Amino acid sequence: MKRDLLIKLFEEFAEKEVKPLAKVIDEEERFPLETVKKMAKLGMLGLPFSTYGGVGATYTSYIDAVRILSKYCATTGVILSAHTSLCASPIYYFGTDAQKEKYLTKLNSGVSLGAFGLTEPSAGTDASKQQTKAIDKGDYYEITGSKIFITNAGYADIYVIFAMTNPELGLKGISAFILEKDTEGFTVGPKERKMGIRGSSTCELIFDKVRLPKTQLLGKVGEGFKIAMSTLDGGRIGIAAQALGIAEGAFEMAVNYVKTRKQFDKPIASFQHTQFKIADMKTQIEAARALLYQAASAKEANEPYSDKAAMAKLFASRVAFEVADQSIQLMGGYGYIRDFEIERYLRDAKITEIYEGTSEVQKMVIAGKVLK
Amino acid sequence: MIHIVCLVKQVPDTTEIKIDKDTNTLIRAGVKSITNPNDLAGVEEALKLKDTMGAKVSVVTMGPLQAEGMLTELYARGVDACYLLSDRAFAGSDTWATSKILSTFLKTLDYDLIIAGYQAIDGDTAQVGPQVAEFLNIPQVTYLSEITSVTKTAITAKKRTESEIWTLQVDLPCLVTTLSDMNKPRYMNAFDIMHNTDKKVEIVTFNDLDLDINDIGLKGSPTKVSKTYVKQVEPKSAKQVMTEEDAAKLIAKLLYPYMEVNGDA
Repeated sequence: MKRDLLIKLFEEFAEKEVKPLAKVIDEEERFPLETVKKMAKLGMLGLPFSTYGGVGATYTSYIDAVRILSKYCATTGVILSAHTSLCASPIYYFGTDAQKEKYLTKLNSGVSLGAFGLTEPSAGTDASKQQTKAIDKGDYYEITGSKIFITNAGYADIYVIFAMTNPELGLKGISAFILEKDTEGFTVGPKERKMGIRGSSTCELIFDKVRLPKTQLLGKVGEGFKIAMSTLDGGRIGIAAQALGIAEGAFEMAVNYVKTRKQFDKPIASFQHTQFKIADMKTQIEAARALLYQAASAKEANEPYSDKAAMAKLFASRVAFEVADQSIQLMGGYGYIRDFEIERYLRDAKITEIYEGTSEVQKMVIAGKVLK
Repeated sequence: MIHIVCLVKQVPDTTEIKIDKDTNTLIRAGVKSITNPNDLAGVEEALKLKDTMGAKVSVVTMGPLQAEGMLTELYARGVDACYLLSDRAFAGSDTWATSKILSTFLKTLDYDLIIAGYQAIDGDTAQVGPQVAEFLNIPQVTYLSEITSVTKTAITAKKRTESEIWTLQVDLPCLVTTLSDMNKPRYMNAFDIMHNTDKKVEIVTFNDLDLDINDIGLKGSPTKVSKTYVKQVEPKSAKQVMTEEDAAKLIAKLLYPYMEVNGDA
């Protein structure tokens, strides 16, 4: 019942506020800050948390939100996913009461936007090779290094970042920190020029002897890798939701097109080739939906879900790309024209197979679980 | 804190409404329902006043039990109380009987300001608001395009007619009717969906009200629909263009709302 009302809100909001901007923010590579502010006002930036000013909706409802936004604009979907899954979540699960009071309250209300910094030029899939160092200086940590490809960078107020506190310990030498945007020595590099999700802001983070008080340590010293991995498990459900949204949005456009487009004096929907293609696409979408919501409900029930999240992301991201591709094919020449917007779905879909763990990483996670 | 009561109606969400040929009334089954847009504008004004000056906002509707869903969506926008007047005895009421039922119920509430949409998109009569005010014997201002200010004792508002805008001040309690273009109704919000929709919609039946059965329903309705038909629209000739005179009239009509006249009611 409440979930239905939330879905109605997300649909209405996405159709009236997000859809009209999707094309222009892609063309101009512009971060839709106005949309983020509107989402904050409606409680959409604090959906799955019931304390510290959060809305207290279910995790599934938060996943509904990412999916529905992404149906119209994948950029807006990932802004919400990075904020919630990658920044608010680790603070919620690993933060102290004081940290939650200070940061989660602002993230939930949308006063602050969140981001997450793990990836480095030499530490991508092998996230253990962190070069960023956090040196213990007694009453503070001094952080030096950089992060790349950071979603929401430049617009986020709060960053959860990772750095080596003890390189000799390898994985167990990584720690997590909460960083505020105005901290001295912290700068954000220029925006990357991307293939898709071009409205989202993706930048380098540079730390030049950033002094972080010990209160900014998130979790325990050396717990960073564990925090990063469990955070990404949740993030993957968000990206799977984004991918499914992209697939649904592309599919809807293709269906509308084949019903109205006439060739050989008939709507092209009347040709069996079109029908079979539509049937295949729909089946793929529904299979992705089943995997997505299976992962979401496992997380919601506090059951182990990392393999389920990996399967959902692996499958949904491929479906997003293939459905977008086939939708363009059904729309022919019009599909290739930017004004018709469908080509954006293909460009946007590709990233879902790469970020928050490539499809290959998802296979490592899934196989690891099966063969352990 | 003032108490604002909004009158709302659930209406079919389509222009393609069907009419029952035997009873000449609307067939509502299977048609998606929405809150009448003019009424939603009224609720939005009430919620804006709640945000700015603090107010209790109640909503009253008359209709079948399925209207509860619409009221839940108003709770999801932040209203404080919802009442659904629903009884088989109310069925078939015309605007007069409807106004009688609504005003009888409103007398049981302690209201300062009643806001109603100026008319419903299904009936188009614009009669219920004014009739309710008459039954309650309170002042009324119709066709509001803006509420300028509200105090504990009075409301200042702009009334838009076809050719003028009047700024009027009226003592409370009073009833006003609103135009749908006066604001952009807010969305439901996630917080109220989670925390305000558990509130009960209070169902009010015939037995709860001090009403004579002969004054309501089909029996109590002086209006009888004798016949309905679909108006045939003559297609205009492709060659016909607007005359200079028509253009001048249209421009004048478009500009009139921006020419203000001040006055007291």
